[in-house]
This record gives sequence, structure tokens and C-alpha cells, in this order.
Amino acid sequence: MSAYTRTEMMTIAAARALSNNDICFVGIGLPSAACNLARLTHAPQLTLIYESGTLSTKPDVLPLSIGDGELCETALTTVSVPEMFRYWLQGGRITLGFLGGAQIDRFGNINSTVIGNYANPKVRLPGSGGATEIATSCGKVFIVMNQGPRSFVNQVDFVTSLGHGPTGVERKQLGIKTQGPALLVTDLCVMRPEQGTNEFIVTSLHPDVTRDSVTQNTGWPVRFASGVEQTPPPTSAELEALRELQARTARAHGTAAANQ
Amino acid sequence: MTFLSLPDAINSCVHDGDEVALEGFTHLIPFAAGLEIIRQRRKDLALIRMTPDLLYDQMIGMGVARKLTFSWGGNPGVGSLHRFRDAVEKSWPRPIEIVEHSHAAMANAYEAGAAGLPCAIFRGYRGSDLPRVNLNIRFLNCPFTGEELACIPALRPDVAIIHAQKADREGNVLIEGIVGVQKEAVLAAKRSVVTVEEIVDDFGPRSTNAVILPHWTLTAVAHAPGGAKPSYAHGYYARNNAFYLAWDEISRDRTIFQDWMEANVLA
Repeated sequence: MSAYTRTEMMTIAAARALSNNDICFVGIGLPSAACNLARLTHAPQLTLIYESGTLSTKPDVLPLSIGDGELCETALTTVSVPEMFRYWLQGGRITLGFLGGAQIDRFGNINSTVIGNYANPKVRLPGSGGATEIATSCGKVFIVMNQGPRSFVNQVDFVTSLGHGPTGVERKQLGIKTQGPALLVTDLCVMRPEQGTNEFIVTSLHPDVTRDSVTQNTGWPVRFASGVEQTPPPTSAELEALRELQARTARAHGTAAANQ
Repeated sequence: MTFLSLPDAINSCVHDGDEVALEGFTHLIPFAAGLEIIRQRRKDLALIRMTPDLLYDQMIGMGVARKLTFSWGGNPGVGSLHRFRDAVEKSWPRPIEIVEHSHAAMANAYEAGAAGLPCAIFRGYRGSDLPRVNLNIRFLNCPFTGEELACIPALRPDVAIIHAQKADREGNVLIEGIVGVQKEAVLAAKRSVVTVEEIVDDFGPRSTNAVILPHWTLTAVAHAPGGAKPSYAHGYYARNNAFYLAWDEISRDRTIFQDWMEANVLA
């Protein structure tokens, strides 16, 4: 298998970061695709939890919503939503939160609330959902997002979910003990927070992506780690598993859902 | 508890200006009841719901609501709720006040309401801008450890409306699958309406820990088969994902939306 899309590369790179030991709080869309791909390939013991209350769920197709019947039917058990957020998330049982968003800054602060002014928004986005507390209560946070100058911004219009804070230090100053954003996977590269500053810097470029293109698609003066690696291209096994998952999903929901 | 027809249940329990929570977390969304509220031309409602979903998009677009308390206002897996956006961005068809929370906050606030407490206390909103735009998000210190915790008012709606699988002849209600916050919403509310797929003589074999709302916690039960469509009822019918996708187009344009509501809800 040869050609692959940048979205496939992103999903596969995100999936590779997950391990059998993770207990993962999963958001719909790209995070859900990456988590289920990991479970179907190298991390079959990966524990997936969706905010609808489904614990240890093993869906055969990607859910369109956070509360699809498939998630409940394949779960070890299903708890109420208050229990989900109080005992499991706030209680500190979840090692990894997987988030996306509309805007992100260099310190991993995420906006999923409004573009523009809150009282008079240019674009009203869906809002927090579970994200605000996922960002601070999970052991650490992985983020997966398409990279572009309008989404990777110098300053987010609204902090829905705290990363390392507006200047990279506020998270610690608030006394938050969880690690916060530890990995950012995009369709162009992989970024990790720099030790000391907590600023996301490029640690790995996907195949055929140049530094220039990453710079052009980032709204802040993006920096590169010394010794940037190249992301290994998707293996045929990874591509096959992802495409089969998306084909099953397309058959179940219609094509639009599979393109998430 | 009284068994009523759905129109009678809405007519007697939901009044203009009420604070109304129609709950069901993706699963068991009480669409039939919400559309009946539209048909009865209720107005100035303060709607509460964690995920407004298509149902509140329809209710907001028809001008039923003066206020919305919510935590995630999107079309799940599809994108925007266009009627909700139009109301917030352009005040169409009328201005709407929004009270915005996170899911954790809403879940805690329902639970506090069910527990008879005035407020919910939890570890949340740290470092988020939401407390800047919702002044009912406050912080207090734990009297024992000093830890700063978030505090918000309990949700105590005038009326909670949910959909469930079954009621028995006494009006006890059984909920299975993704149970969401429905039990908490009903127990937090002053009045409650439950629509059900079927009314049975006996619930039959079930877990000893099944989620059951006793009849003496409910105001009205109405038989409304298919009442959660296009969402789903575990054990009865699947989510109509194609309709959730189609709604994106129907709801994008004000006139197409109004025509659709006229033909499919009001007619």
C-alpha cells in the first residue's frame, strides 16, 4: 500500500502514542479514530472511556456521537453521567485525555467556545462539553488537530480548556498536579512541550512535510527541536486497519461520519 | 403520577416562562415531548439541557426559548447547531440569554438538585475563561484542606421531561442503556413528565440494580412509542444518523427550516 492522506498520517501518528496501559477519555472525531485504531493494532488492552458513561468500551465502528448505542453494547459497564464525571474523571482514575478544538496556542490552551468576542461572537462554537475538566483531571493530555494559521494561533480567543496557561506557567501556579498537554499531533508534524518553557516545539515532521510549510501553518513563530525526527510513514498494516475501520463506519453511518 | 396523553401531559405540566429540562444524553432524547411543546406554542421558556442537540435547535429556532443553560451545543459528529448559532450570533428569531457550563458542572448541578442541596461543589473550571462569562461559577475553599473548589447553583427546574423504555401499570419507569442524567433531572425538578416506548404489566427479568423511577416521583407518564426519534431507544430502535447528517442542510437556512417545521411538526 503506497499513497496515504495527511489525515491518515495524523490519525496513525496519534494512535502510535497510545499504549496498553492507558486509560483513555475519548472525544468524538479524530481522537476517537486514533484511539480505536490503536486498540485494533498495537494496543489491544487500551481502555477507552466515553463521557456518556461507557467504561472499557470496544466499538466495532467509530461512533458518530459520544453516546451511540454501539458504545454501550460493547462496554464493560455503563454508569450515569454524574458518576462518570465525579468518580472516574474527577476521582483521578483516567490516565489520558484526548482532545481536539478549534484554536490552540503554543502552550496547549484550547478554545472550543467562540471565535471573536464572547458576548458578540463571530462564530459560536459548541463549547466545553467534557473538555474543561478533562484538561485538568486526566493524568496527561494528548491533542490532535489539523494545523493551519487560523487554528494554531498566537493567542486563543477564549480558554475553554487550560493547557500550560497563557504564558506556560499558570497551570503550575494554580497548583494543578496533573501533567497537562504532553503531545500535539497534527496533519503536518508532532509537537511536544519544551522542558522549562512548556512551549510546543516540533519534534517530528511527517514524510514530505517541510519546515517552511509548518512555519506557514502556525500562527506563532514556531520553533523546532534540535534533531527533528521524521515520522515513520504508515505501515501497510496500520493503513489497512484504519481503512477497514472507516469502511465499516461508513457502512454503519453513511460516508460523512467516516471522514471525521 | 397520572397517565395522560402526551398533549395533556405537556398542557398540564409546562407553562409559559417555566424553567424546563428535557434530558437524555444522546440516547432517549424526548423529541416527541419537545415537539409537542412547540405545537402548543409555549413561550419564554428557560431551557436547560447538557447537549441541546437537534431538539433544542428546533425549539430555539421556533422561538420557544428566552434562555438556554447548556454545556455542549453542537450536532454530534456533524458540526454546528445552526438555529442555536443564529439565535446567539444574530438574535433570530429572538434574542436568547445563554448560561454556559461544562459537562462536569451540569452533571454536578443536577445531582445537587436531586440531593436537595442549594449548590454543587466540585474540582472544576481551573484556568478556564468560563467563570469570566458565567458569574454563577464561583470558587470557595474547602474548610478542611483549604483547596479551592468550584461552586455553582443546583439545577432545580420547574419541570423535567425524559423519555424511557417502559412504564408498568402503576407508572413506575424503567431506563436502560446510557442513562445519562435523567434520574437526577427528574429528582431535581418540581414536576416531571416521562414519555415511554411501552406500558407493560410487569418489567420482567431485570438486574436488581436497574434504574427505576418510582411512580411517586413522577407527575405524568405518557405513552409515546418512537418518542425519542431521531435519537434512539436502546432495545427498540437505532439512532437515525442519516437524519442528524441531513439536519445540517435543513437547519442552515431560516426559510428551509421553517418550511420543514411547518410540514413535519406543525401540520
